[in-house]
Amino acid sequence: MREFGLLLRRDLALLLPGGRGGAGVLPLLFFLAVAMLYPFAVGPEPELLARTGGGVIWIAALLAAILPLERLVTGDLDAGVFDQLHLRGIGEEWAMASRLLAHWLTFAPFLLLAALPAAALLGLAQETTRTVLLGLLAGTPGLAAIGLIVAALTASLRGGAALAGLMTIPLAVPILIFGAGALARNDASGLWLTAAISLALCAIAPLAAGAAIRAAREQ
Amino acid sequence: MQARLIAKDLACRRGERLLFRGLSLALEPGEALHVTGANGIGKSSLLRILAGLTRPFAGEIAHEGSVGLLDERLALDEAVSLGKALDFWRGLDGAKDMSAFERLALADLLDVPVRYLSTGQRKRAAMVRLLGANAAIWLLDEPLNGLDDEARLTVERLAAEHCERGGICVVASHQHFAMAGKRALALADYAA
Repeated sequence: MREFGLLLRRDLALLLPGGRGGAGVLPLLFFLAVAMLYPFAVGPEPELLARTGGGVIWIAALLAAILPLERLVTGDLDAGVFDQLHLRGIGEEWAMASRLLAHWLTFAPFLLLAALPAAALLGLAQETTRTVLLGLLAGTPGLAAIGLIVAALTASLRGGAALAGLMTIPLAVPILIFGAGALARNDASGLWLTAAISLALCAIAPLAAGAAIRAAREQ
Repeated sequence: MQARLIAKDLACRRGERLLFRGLSLALEPGEALHVTGANGIGKSSLLRILAGLTRPFAGEIAHEGSVGLLDERLALDEAVSLGKALDFWRGLDGAKDMSAFERLALADLLDVPVRYLSTGQRKRAAMVRLLGANAAIWLLDEPLNGLDDEARLTVERLAAEHCERGGICVVASHQHFAMAGKRALALADYAA
């Protein structure tokens, strides 16, 4: 447990905006930029924006989740960090579990905060904003888990970053369907399904990403 | 210090090429082995197999005691200061002893970001990480690369002290590595 704490502290320092390994605040600015551009592209009618704005925030969140993937695993894999952890009896799964938690913590809270001005820019109703925020809260752990698995799988490939983005999008479709779909329904079933998908993905991610890192050694 | 390293009938394959085969070795506490051979013959691959990081194509490994690996990959965060980067590993290993910094002449460089360090300084930093791990079996991959004469002597002396304490030391290097009583293993003898 002490080891996990040390791992998590290092991962957080690595990934926090302004940290040394993460993409910093870029994903957030990207997220806000999409929300800002959308009215320019489809026209400023408040009704249209209020009806489609929630979906736009979801798309922007999904795209912003792809940006930090490049540096999520590659740097440490190249530097031999996972080898040294392995020699100390700390399995790749532990390292990936810590990385997943750190990735979510350094990404989701800021995204949720940025979703507020984005919702204001799009003129979303209070009720819609609440559903979007709850949906993102339920969906971002799943997005982080998908991102980690894909980042670990593509870490040892040349041009892995572009591939990571391409692979993440189809895998994120279920989260998008239920998370954004919750906006069109009056009950919370979509949110619960999103949360369920996220939980399942978070349970699988450390194992899958750990296996990917071990496989990368054999190349 | 409990240490034992046994390998039976190892073979290693990289891609489609068989690098070596039929390699067996047994190291008892206090023993040192110098693996020699030309570039690309499989010295680093052998060390990674002995470390248990990659599976051999054939054969078996058994070790008693923890393993420490020093290779060309530093495993230190480039952007932070050397002190902070090493603190992570020393924290994991529970290392308290600061004398390693003095012996490897790094005490003055603790505030310098890792990315500004020279090749030799990096190698010495990795050596500090290895010392902190307090591993029974040392696997050193080209430990003298980029080191000046003084640092070379220090590393050779550290390896000798490690063996005196009952540790095992395997050095893979095409360079001369001075150590009393070491055995030599020419990897070319096992080339497939």
